[in-house]
Formats: sequence, structure tokens, C-alpha cells
Amino acid sequence: MFSIKKIYQPITLAEALEIYTSNPQLKIIAGGTDVLISLHHGKLDDVELLSIKNLTELTGINYLTDGTIEIGTMTTFTEIFRNEIINKYIPILAEASVSMGGPQIRNNATIGGNICNGAVSADSAPTLFVLNADLRIVNNEGVRIVPITEFYAGPGKVKLQSGEILTHIIIKKADYKGMYGKYIKFSNRKAMDIAMLSVATLGKVKNNKFTDLRIALGVSAPTPIRCTKAESFAFNKTIKEELIKQISEKTLLNANPRHSWRGSKVYREHLIQVLTERALKEIITMSGGKWHE
Amino acid sequence: MIKVTMTVNGKLYTREIPPMMRLLDFIRDELKLKGTKEGCGEGECGACTVIIDGDIYNSCMVLATSCEGKRITTIEGISGAELHPIQEAFLEVNAVQCGYCTPGMILSAKALLDKNINATEKEMKEAISGNLCRCTGYQKIIEAVKLAQKKLKKR
Ligand SMILES: Cc1cc2nc3c(=O)[nH]c(=O)nc-3n(C[C@H](O)[C@H](O)[C@H](O)COP(=O)(O)OP(=O)(O)OC[C@H]3O[C@@H](n4cnc5c(N)ncnc54)[C@H](O)[C@@H]3O)c2cc1C
Ligand code: FES
Ligand code: FES
Repeated sequence: MFSIKKIYQPITLAEALEIYTSNPQLKIIAGGTDVLISLHHGKLDDVELLSIKNLTELTGINYLTDGTIEIGTMTTFTEIFRNEIINKYIPILAEASVSMGGPQIRNNATIGGNICNGAVSADSAPTLFVLNADLRIVNNEGVRIVPITEFYAGPGKVKLQSGEILTHIIIKKADYKGMYGKYIKFSNRKAMDIAMLSVATLGKVKNNKFTDLRIALGVSAPTPIRCTKAESFAFNKTIKEELIKQISEKTLLNANPRHSWRGSKVYREHLIQVLTERALKEIITMSGGKWHE
Repeated sequence: MIKVTMTVNGKLYTREIPPMMRLLDFIRDELKLKGTKEGCGEGECGACTVIIDGDIYNSCMVLATSCEGKRITTIEGISGAELHPIQEAFLEVNAVQCGYCTPGMILSAKALLDKNINATEKEMKEAISGNLCRCTGYQKIIEAVKLAQKKLKKR
């Protein structure tokens, strides 16, 4: 059993915001796979929880008429990797979703919890970074939209105020149309292990040149990051083996991995380059480009 | 205390429970169903696996209060007078050593075969990838799931 003093279980978003505003000390619980671990480890004591499990407004995936894809934050990773819209338009997110945890965890863990927990290893983060995902955050007074690339504040920290709930992840058509993506999670064990390093790449190739290329890394800095220097370097250059090497090297200009028991700094730097190369080759092939003569 | 009503193994239960109670504690301590095991208590091992509305969950990672109106199946709920074919298969191929992981393994296999009786070996491995076994080396378990599949197809 855990050290929980009280739990609120509202059934509408309006009700949840009302309760949260009058009780700013509340801790939100979604699927609970991070929160209950903190409780289990005694990191949270006598906590009062606000469960957002029953908020149907926060579930499901919608394809809007202008091609925008809206993902409710209570959507689980199982729902995401099985979803038709996701598999058709942004298969890279399905790939990232099925890479996390094991079946039991994926049935329980939500994408909103994955983001708000702020872990550098969060499997959804690199992919959402390359998709330029926007986050819809609401409180009792209104709505604000924040690009996910500006949402992380440090290890385990995100820019959410008390009283605020993340309701949706928004992906615009321009950010996925004609783009091919690849997510690579590197971990010691295939299932039930968090990433030692992760790379997401998303790109568009025309006349064997990158007309758009985005690279994001997990566990390579205090927050997930975009490799902006490598990206701008790659723009409009003709794809060759040499170019792929150079792009992969340039990812290190934005990265600053740390040493941990899971992997040393040097090993992580090596992984960043090797995995980026691998991911780039996959998306080049998918886009009909080629890097060899 | 919070009032919660849920169906466990086909029987409706209503109880007043404290907010910190995990589904695992509800099943073991309130309902005295001891087939569901606690291994790690932190989502890693799958010994506490139960089926909720057709899908598997770690009952140590679910608060009992969040199960209002849900249908839960534990290992005690899958057999009647006779063992369930998956249980028979586990016995027949010796897929059980200490037995601690077995209830969870069987429920993960059941959730898979209920949804997809034609599951491939790859899908079977995937289905039990959240269940740790420190005895068998998994080979026998996969053999048991395959045998169970044959038995279920014949029924
Ligand atoms: C065994 C195990 C294996 C795991 N493996 C992986 C893995 O491979 N990859 C990975 O990335 N993660 C992994 N995790 C971590 C975890 O499962 C994920 O981060 C998960 O997505 C968290 O979602 P949740 O719904 O369970 O979040 P919760 O635990 O409910 O919440 C997480 C945090 O987000 C806040 N929060 C949740 N939803 C909202 C919201 N809508 N608005 C505002 N704040 C909110 C909560 O207050 C809390 O701080 C694993 C966890 C376990 C226990
Ligand atoms: S006891 Fe629940 S997963 Fe180990
Ligand atoms: S039989 Fe002992 S843990 Fe699986």
C-alpha cells in the first residue's frame, strides 16, 4: 500500500480544473506507472492525488479536416501503436510507442504522463520533438499552446504550473506530410528496459537532397534535444555516404551526454553517431534516395 | 474511505477501501485470493498480472479505487471444475518450476489467445515479455502456450 491521503476522481475536465485550482497541492495521476513508483520508493509522502483517468475528453486520437492530428493525453501506448491514424500518417510514433515497457505497462502508461514526467529517456519525446508537436495546456482561466521543444526544463522537470493539465498533443500536417521517420531505442534488454540512448529522425528527400531533416536525441543531454546544427548543415546537400557521416558527427554539437551505470559518456557519444547514421540511412531508403553510387 | 464496486471472476464486490489500496492488495487482502503474486511491486516482473476488461495490467501499478465498474479476472477465475486448457498445457510440458511467475504467465497467454487464437510464436513472446521467470528460461513456457493454442483450437 502507498502513502496516499486522499484521491479525487472527477469525471469532467471542468470539474478537474475546479478541484485543482482550489487544491494546488494535488499531484496528478494518469496511468500511474511513474507516480506509483515514486510512492513505492517513498519519494512522495501523504500525497493527495487528482486522478484524470475518468476524463474522457482526454482520450482518443482525432484526424481533423485540415490534417491536424490530435492525441488526447490519456491515450495509452497500446492504443497509440494500434491506432490506424497513427500507423497511416505518423508510423514513427507507433514505432516509439511499442518500444516502451512491456504489454502490461503499455496498457497502463499514457503519452501525457510520459511527457509530463520529464524523463530524458521518455520514449515518446524524441519522436514528438522531430514532429514539432504542440502541447495544449489548460487551466481554469484558459488555454496555452507550447511547442514540446520548449516544454522541458531539466531532468524530470517540465514547464507546467500548478493548476494546469496537459490535454492534447497536436501534430500539424506540414510536419508529417511527405516525411519519413525512424526511431531507434538502444537498451540493454529488448523489453522492459529504458533507453540508454534514443534517436528519432524525420526527413524529406527531393532530388537526393534533404529538403527537410530533423534529428532528436533522448538521454543525450539534461532534456531531450533537437540537433539543430546537424539539421541546418544537412539542408539541401546532396546525399552521399560522406554527408551522412558528417551529419552524424555534427549531432554531437548539440549533445552533452552524461556518464551513468547504464552507459559511459564516451559510449553514448559513439552511439549517438552510429544510431543517427543508421536511422538516416533508413529514412533515405524509405524516401527513395540513395547514399551509395 | 472510498466505496468501490467491481466484478472479480464474475462475482460483484462492493467494498469501502482506503485510497492507497492497490488492486493487488484488494485482490489478496480484501478478497483473499492469493493466486495473484507480488514480486517487485514496481511494474517490472508481471507476477501480479491480472486481466481488466480483456487487457493485462500489473495489479501493483493500479489503484483499486480506479477499478470502479471494471471486470477483473485473476488466475482463480479461469478454471471451473476442470483446469483451463492453458493450465493443463503448462502442467503437461513442465513449464512450471517454482511457480511464482505462473499465474501471471497464464493470464498474459490467455489475454493473447482470447484476442488472437492464431497468434504466432513471435506474438507469444511479445505477449509474455512483461512477465519475468527466473527458473525456466522461457522455452517451456512458449511450448506450453503453443500446446494451449492447439487445445483451444480443438475445443
Ligand atoms: C516497469 C516500467 C517500465 C517502464 N518502461 C518505460 C520505457 O521503456 N520507456 C519510457 O519512456 N517509460 C517507461 N516507463 C515509465 C512510465 O511508464 C512512462 O513514463 C509513462 O508514460 C507514464 O505515464 P502514466 O500515465 O503512467 O503517468 P503517471 O505516473 O500517472 O504520471 C507521470 C507524471 O506526469 C504527470 N501527469 C500525467 N498526466 C498529466 C497531464 N495530463 N497533465 C499534467 N500532468 C500530468 C503526473 O503528475 C506525474 O508527475 C516505465 C515504467 C515502469 C514502471
Ligand atoms: S509485482 Fe507487480 S509487476 Fe512485479
Ligand atoms: S517458474 Fe519460477 S519464476 Fe517462473
